[in-house]
Amino acid sequence: MTIEVAGVTKRFKKFTALDNVSLNIRSGELVALLGPSGSGKTTLLRIIAGLEWPDAGEVRFDGEDALARSVRERNVGFVFQHYALFRHMNVFENVAFGLRVRKGADRLPEAAIREKVNTLLSLVQIDWLAERYPSQLSGGQRQRVALARALAISPRVLLLDEPFGALDAKVRKELRRWLRHLHEELPVTSVLVTHDQEEALELADRVVVMGHGKIEQVGSPAEVYDAPATAFVHDFIGETVALPGEVRAGVLFHDGKPLGLDAAGVPDGPARILARPHHVDLAPPGEAPFSGRVLSLRTFGPTRRADVEIAAGSGKVVVEAAVPLDLALEAGAVVGLRPRAYKVFAANG
Amino acid sequence: MSDALHPGHVLASEGLPTGIARADAERRAAGKSVHTEPAAVRIALVLVALAFLGLFIGLPLVVVFVEALKRGAAAYVSALANPDALASIRLTLLVAAISVVANLVFGLVAAWAIAKFEFPGKSTLITLIDLPFSVSPVVAGLAFVLLFGAQGLFAGYLAAWDVKIIFAVPGIVLATIFVTFPFVARELIPLMQEQGTAEEEAAVSLGASGLSTFFRVTLPNVKWALLYGVLLCNARAMGEFGAVSVVSGHVRGLTNTMPLHIEILYNEYQFAASFAVASLLALLALVTLVAKTILEHRLAEEDT
Repeated sequence: MTIEVAGVTKRFKKFTALDNVSLNIRSGELVALLGPSGSGKTTLLRIIAGLEWPDAGEVRFDGEDALARSVRERNVGFVFQHYALFRHMNVFENVAFGLRVRKGADRLPEAAIREKVNTLLSLVQIDWLAERYPSQLSGGQRQRVALARALAISPRVLLLDEPFGALDAKVRKELRRWLRHLHEELPVTSVLVTHDQEEALELADRVVVMGHGKIEQVGSPAEVYDAPATAFVHDFIGETVALPGEVRAGVLFHDGKPLGLDAAGVPDGPARILARPHHVDLAPPGEAPFSGRVLSLRTFGPTRRADVEIAAGSGKVVVEAAVPLDLALEAGAVVGLRPRAYKVFAANG
Repeated sequence: MSDALHPGHVLASEGLPTGIARADAERRAAGKSVHTEPAAVRIALVLVALAFLGLFIGLPLVVVFVEALKRGAAAYVSALANPDALASIRLTLLVAAISVVANLVFGLVAAWAIAKFEFPGKSTLITLIDLPFSVSPVVAGLAFVLLFGAQGLFAGYLAAWDVKIIFAVPGIVLATIFVTFPFVARELIPLMQEQGTAEEEAAVSLGASGLSTFFRVTLPNVKWALLYGVLLCNARAMGEFGAVSVVSGHVRGLTNTMPLHIEILYNEYQFAASFAVASLLALLALVTLVAKTILEHRLAEEDT
């Protein structure tokens, strides 16, 4: 099923959670809404589910108006951030809930309910936990119950709110891979909210990067990582080295000297030159566009990083540069920095 | 990173006891903990508490039963079989039943509204629910007399419809409901607030109607707290004296509840009969206490 969000705005008192957001989600796709807290991603998910109502705009499922239906009638599977399992029901009854509350002709006979629940429990690999209560389960197991419960109603859309947020790193990674696998087996249109970029990039077909109630960029994981559309996306996804500069008539300057870097299309004024740390090379101080003093060095595993202090206008900025493991470098040394691949954005943008 | 911020933690985990950790270990080895007072202090504190409990709670309870049975079992039974006594027991049960049901419904509705929804006037409602705790029951009784009495605000309407509230059973029920108003709601509000609305949202997203969400999710989640509130509400409803005394009119066999009947017997120097009826209320208290302990146990289990 396709989901169309058009011009959706949502305010909570004075705070604008969503500002004229439009988004198209294709059938069978797994989309991640990625952004820092307060970016509006959870609000958007709850509006799609029908747990929240927009002040303006439209939501359409397969072209038909979803806002005309309540959450009950939308047939969405929602996996809540802290799972929201029914604490007084065992795992089996939790999963069966959506089938048991059906009325009239929709109601399955008891045997069919049992069969469906058992199938789902084996699908999420927790059939041996059917008699347990939520309080007796680990975080990862609760997550699986929540997913099975949401899938029990054969939802047209699966919505997941920070599904791995409350789990420890190892379980999170495992479940992530498992969810991706499950999505391939059961291609329900799915929307996932997360603040964890690794999760979004690894799991999703497309990533929607959100900030301050707006969509900053929509694209494949590779696109948002390699070709960030805005400075916000560049900062938010992956590690970023930010170098100061100024654009005058399409030419980048720093400390009054031209840098020899490309700033095509960037308006005149202060600018930020953004690059990935591994795209910033160390060079002899005289030959590179930037130079500064090494404040400290850190090594962890295969990577080595240096904090380099660069003069910027009246003040100083400290940037983190990648240093080859075999390069002899000590704190206090002066080094040059040359960004190999970079993007230039207006500083106030 | 976090280890670097807590050097003490690093040391402890590497098995290198710091000065403090070593001193702690020595104290533990000597059977002492930093949290424990010397034995003499502990014993003295326990004795003080026990003496206090015995003097102010245990002894009076024993006296009630001793006085009740002073004239023998036959006198005890005949005191309870007295028509006025039986009438007072019946009335007490009736009043308690009505006010418990009324407050059960009201408490659930109020707690649900307060815990699950945002609306203007919410804090005022929370304050109002507590009002009966802070107002003297006698004042409450008087307020009802002023509203529904022969000279009261609604006297004209009540006379026209030939309804008698004050010095009759409806007045006693009203006064009792007022006094026991907070018990159920106060028990439920914090629990429901803590449980939040996520489970209800989950139920609705799975297709449950509002009513079925309430009966399948909300109610089962608070059932032990609800029973606990009902228990306290019932104990108070049966034992209430002040407010009921003002509105009852003390008509024997008609508007006397058990506490009122006990007072009348006592004032007439029928001590054995008075204590016999009192022993029933004391018994109720003991049963309540046991039930309360069981419920608290269940509540604690639910929390884990």
